[in-house]
Amino acid sequence: MWAKIKRASVENELLYLFLHSPVAMVATLIAVLCIAGALLAPWLAPSNPYDLASFDLMDSMVPPAWADNGDERFALGTDDQGRDLLSAILYGTRLSLMVGVFSVAFAAVLGVSIGLMAGYIGGRFDTIMMRIADIQLSLPAILTALLIDGVARGILPQQRHDELMLIVLTVAIGLSLWVNFARTARASTFVERNKEYVQAAEIMGMHPLRIMLVQILPNIMGPILVILTVDLAVAILLEATLSYLGVGVPPNQPSLGTLIRIGTEYLFSGDWWIVLFPSATLITLIISVNVLGDFLRDALNPRLR
Amino acid sequence: MNQPLLNITNLTVKFPTRFGEFTAIDDVSLTIQPGEIHGLVGESGAGKSTIGAAIIGLLQSPGYIANGHVQLMDVDLRKLSPADYHRLRGNRISMIFQDPQTSLNPLLTIADQLVETIQQHTPMSDSDARDHAIQLLDETGIPNPACRIDSYPHQFSGGMRQRVVIALALCTNPELIIADEPTTALDVAVQKQILQLIQQLASQRKVGFLLITHDIGVIAEITHRVTVLRNGRVMEAGETAQVLGAPTHEYTQALMAAVPRLNTKLDRFHNIVKDDPSAEEEDEWDVPGASAQFASDWLLGKRNTESKTDVPSTHPILEVNNLDVIFYSNQPSWFRKRTGFQALNNISFKAEQGKTLGVVGESGSGKSTLAKAIVGLVDPATGTLSFDGEALPPGSKRSRQHPSRRRIQMVFQDPYSSLNNRRSVEAILTEPLKLYGHGGRNLDSRKLAASVLDLVEMPQRSLTKYPHQFSGGQRQRIAVARALIAQPEFLICDEPTSALDVSIQAQMLNLLKDLQTEFGLSILFISHNLAVVRQMADTVVVLKDGEMVEYAESETFFTSPQAEYSQLLLNETPSLALLE
Repeated sequence: MWAKIKRASVENELLYLFLHSPVAMVATLIAVLCIAGALLAPWLAPSNPYDLASFDLMDSMVPPAWADNGDERFALGTDDQGRDLLSAILYGTRLSLMVGVFSVAFAAVLGVSIGLMAGYIGGRFDTIMMRIADIQLSLPAILTALLIDGVARGILPQQRHDELMLIVLTVAIGLSLWVNFARTARASTFVERNKEYVQAAEIMGMHPLRIMLVQILPNIMGPILVILTVDLAVAILLEATLSYLGVGVPPNQPSLGTLIRIGTEYLFSGDWWIVLFPSATLITLIISVNVLGDFLRDALNPRLR
Repeated sequence: MNQPLLNITNLTVKFPTRFGEFTAIDDVSLTIQPGEIHGLVGESGAGKSTIGAAIIGLLQSPGYIANGHVQLMDVDLRKLSPADYHRLRGNRISMIFQDPQTSLNPLLTIADQLVETIQQHTPMSDSDARDHAIQLLDETGIPNPACRIDSYPHQFSGGMRQRVVIALALCTNPELIIADEPTTALDVAVQKQILQLIQQLASQRKVGFLLITHDIGVIAEITHRVTVLRNGRVMEAGETAQVLGAPTHEYTQALMAAVPRLNTKLDRFHNIVKDDPSAEEEDEWDVPGASAQFASDWLLGKRNTESKTDVPSTHPILEVNNLDVIFYSNQPSWFRKRTGFQALNNISFKAEQGKTLGVVGESGSGKSTLAKAIVGLVDPATGTLSFDGEALPPGSKRSRQHPSRRRIQMVFQDPYSSLNNRRSVEAILTEPLKLYGHGGRNLDSRKLAASVLDLVEMPQRSLTKYPHQFSGGQRQRIAVARALIAQPEFLICDEPTSALDVSIQAQMLNLLKDLQTEFGLSILFISHNLAVVRQMADTVVVLKDGEMVEYAESETFFTSPQAEYSQLLLNETPSLALLE
């Protein structure tokens, strides 16, 4: 069957390159494992970290199962509140991925629409949008996210805020990432809009919206797809950073960032496992997504082929 | 007998691909004597450039020479080490590339580039090298070389730049120069000068030239001997006059028949080159009921219902009056007065119904701007357009629903960018139908699209494919089909064949002529190639720097041109007159 896939894929450049790149295949495998683990957390995890009754303070700071004093109930040990670390990581990855995917999707939709319009319409609209992008770019992503989070805290009452925390976080991260999409989409649109097929559509009297969405958009998807993967890693990292700083997800919901924050407090007292395992998960996830993004960039760039 | 300068015997070049090995050059032999200009002619994909690269040792990876000998005087080039080869390149073999815009480094002055090359190969002082460089520029016909040597490449025109490239190739006094399409990017007047320069260098310096080109006119003009290639094989070789004048091989005969002549007008090209027999056979795939006849009935049916009277209208289909187009620099400022570039100046002409109007001129003369002003991509500054007796509003005031959007269609120059690569041929062809709401709901758009493809002699199966699966000529047919499906009355063709090989060009011109006779299409045919315009046009407009120099009946223009510029243009076009 493998041979059959290979033969069929000779037609498909991307699949062919993929099947000949062990690095990309390993990265995909790891990413898929991470995502599957995150999605299936409720069924895979030994305990539910959201259920306060399921853990006991007596079990706090238990080292991993194979270490001295380890407990076989907790494969990767427990944290300061007696939560099973493996379960917390599985649920945490789920949260981190969710925030990452939604914020990147938000950034992509916003950025690509602005970029397409700026590139196609040009003129004053383009100038204004790109100046806004410049301003956005001069603010560090974390600062943008902190600002939005701070504003949200100011406006919303405490309880509402905790409920809406995830949405606020997604919007905050999305807003700090849209510029990348907008710039790339605009630059590619500039190239495409001068091609003769766009002129042909204009001569026929096609509606500008249709020209942008049906004619140009499919032709600029290549570079955007690449940014999508790279920025997914950035978004996950940003979420971890914000949670680490304590302005991200609420502390009773474990994300990779909050786990690492809790872990660092105990790092110097020799309780290394709390910080190590969430960090390792985060690094593996981000490297695999980044490698995938790099692979896509090379595979979709005809000049590097 | 004296030793040939270059002796290639049984050269075979292969490219390993993941589909198996591809033989790019198959058993090619040729010799070049000192002072000889040897033409290498063939259509795209024939392997012309690959031979050049194999000689100079710069075959693109993963290509390799599988068999044969390449001998330069006493040196067997295939036995050279990479380091020795590097020394030989430039020293004994030089190369001239197609595009003078990109073959010079834009950040270095001419002096820097020449002096560096000279010193690379022969140790000499800076001032000696500079003197030598000035002398070379003088030899290649750069006026006032002592002064011009300190200019940057962008300060030269295209033709001058190509002269500098030739001077660069001469730096080291090479024995052989490989010129890969040296005049393809140049206008005819400049082309003529460069060709004369090459001729002069060959006879005075006894340099051997391998002139790679697809232009048979250029070959006929200056080469001594010629080798005709097709699919990496030699079809015919020998004295130029004999090979081109009395070709013996079937392919050469067909090729010569496809070359448009400047001095005669053919109604149709005959003896067209047949498609490569090795091309894969496609299984039959038809849309039920689709046929060329169906498409042609559909196109004619529209015509008949529209013109209620049988009397052909007397007024011209398109009238252009005193048209001016001015381009402003796109940085508007409150403090500066806008300065503009006059792209078209006071152009007036009439295009007759069912006839072809040819627009000729060199690059930058405003040919494409004229087309864009008519279709509404560019707004004229002053002047009026009228189409079929009604005023045609300028582009920015022309609504998307304006009927002229359907009645005037355009075929673009570059078939690679005029079709959207991400859409299937069916989507491309049915788009105009949706847009113009043709035929209402009971029209089977798929059947019609397949029929129109049949009409332009493309297999119906093409519907399911994407543009990148087709060659340039096939793409151009699809572009014509897209224009036809709008049921136009006026077709604007902007250099429709300049990206195509001669045999494909002949097929394309035949197709346009057939469509015109069958459907009474009026055509505006833009081209820089006078020989092609001669075959197509009934009336000719000559543009120079945005001004109309001549406007005459085609026959009158080609037999007795009035304007001085027209005479010049006609004289400088390479012709096959030599052979007749």
